[in-house]
Amino acid sequence: MAKGSNQNVAARFFDRVGRSSVSALEEMGRHGILVVESLYWLVVGPRMNQPVRLGAVFAEMMEIGVRAIGIIGIMAAAIGAMLAIQGIHSLKIFGAEGHVVFGVAFSMVREFAPLITGILVAGRSGSALSARLGTMKINQELDALEVMGINPVRFLVVPSLLASLVMVPVLTFMSMVLGLYAGALYVNAALGMSLAAFFDQTIDVLSVDDLMHGIGKAAIFGALIALIGVLNGFLVKGGAEGVGKATTRSVVQCISAIVITDMLFALVATF
Amino acid sequence: MSDDQNTKPQTGPQTVIEVRDLVTHYGPRQILNGVNVDIVEGEIMIIMGGSGSGKSTFLRHLMALQRPTSGTIKILGEDVWKLPQKKLFELRKKLGVAFQGGALFSSMTVGENIMLPLYEHTKLDRQTMEIMARMKLEVVDLAGFEDLMPSELSGGMIKRAAVARAVIMDPRILFFDEPSAGLDPVVSSQLDDLILRLRDAMGMTICVVTHELESAFKIADRITVLDQGNILFVGTVDELHNHPSERIQNLLNRRSEEAEIDADEYLRRLTGDKEEAEGMPR
Repeated sequence: MAKGSNQNVAARFFDRVGRSSVSALEEMGRHGILVVESLYWLVVGPRMNQPVRLGAVFAEMMEIGVRAIGIIGIMAAAIGAMLAIQGIHSLKIFGAEGHVVFGVAFSMVREFAPLITGILVAGRSGSALSARLGTMKINQELDALEVMGINPVRFLVVPSLLASLVMVPVLTFMSMVLGLYAGALYVNAALGMSLAAFFDQTIDVLSVDDLMHGIGKAAIFGALIALIGVLNGFLVKGGAEGVGKATTRSVVQCISAIVITDMLFALVATF
Repeated sequence: MSDDQNTKPQTGPQTVIEVRDLVTHYGPRQILNGVNVDIVEGEIMIIMGGSGSGKSTFLRHLMALQRPTSGTIKILGEDVWKLPQKKLFELRKKLGVAFQGGALFSSMTVGENIMLPLYEHTKLDRQTMEIMARMKLEVVDLAGFEDLMPSELSGGMIKRAAVARAVIMDPRILFFDEPSAGLDPVVSSQLDDLILRLRDAMGMTICVVTHELESAFKIADRITVLDQGNILFVGTVDELHNHPSERIQNLLNRRSEEAEIDADEYLRRLTGDKEEAEGMPR
């Protein structure tokens, strides 16, 4: 009896694992299809009289990028200052506070700027994309687009994807500058190092590769945020509650995808 | 109601929608079981049926929004699911749809909503598009509302604005999904008058899904009654009234048909024995 019960528990466990794996694979496949479809409309759209409207791309850039400058700037500055504070505190043990610039520069440019920007854009725009598309779906606005002969991927997804691909790296660059500047201000106050000396050392230690590492990652984060946000919106079922669930799911998936991609990127880049 | 209003157009009408052996499933559940219908040019065809009869699914097929399991749907002579994508887009420009909730884009003004198909499919300048949008708003008695957001309109106004958007490209076929749903009788009657006006003024073929009998009898040239995924009846209002079928008379007289439930099976259903209760009427 107990043996049978254990077998049942094991069967249910493997059944759940199997289903989750298939569902995860299915979702990855959907993301792939969405990428291919977006590229298709970007390239083929104009020939089918369905061009991607630049106006829509700029509107999305405004929403995803420009309106996020304030909060991302504040967060980046706080992280830059925090790195400087922690750096000086740790290096003091070895009497090497002067080397804090290395830590701040590398951490900010390679890790923290893309990460904090990605997470904030995910929280702001990934969730907004899911909520907007989900609401459009339950209000039959997506059906209305189809019936009007307007492809929803071309009309809604491609502008968001392009805007995110451009704006997340731009915001990341801004985060790098502001984070370094905040770090420099703290180092100046704590160690008396001039801003010019801080930035001279920063330029000395950083290479173009470091900058591209951060910016390249940010572009991938941007694509992930748009795709995850859009797909969760398209898959909404069951009214307002469904929209809420999709929004939450979108933020969780975006942040998880960003952190895992960041880890993989670090692994590959430092191998 | 005049006699000629409820008869099929006589002057050699051309079939604009031809549905043959349409079968649809949602998962294992069969929704439409081999439906055959012809809709001819210039007529108002009403699709009726109780809840779960498959009429909304049928409408999605007619609007080329959903691919069937099997069967063919020809719209304006074109087999919609065999068309290349570009031609399907071209075909869709000849269709207009007024959805149940209006489906206006909440981020755009009423005017922008109406102009969207023009903006996407034509090279007209902004001023011409605005004039056309105002003309259509005049047709639906919403002149002067173009700068309002959809959230500022009442339910009836949203439906009329949706009609204005649906007719902006002068479509050949116009679909309405439950136009009277959620409206008071006066507004509902005004919307019926608008549907008749559109057919008479623009010569459109109009297909309406509704369960409002009064509205259906007022505007229909012909009525299709769907029942559990099958076509129960296609014909004029008079033919419908005189039809001998008990199911149709029950529908017309709003009598519900309660299937007799076996006590043992009912108990099994309550206790959750699904396999045993599978054969139960639902």
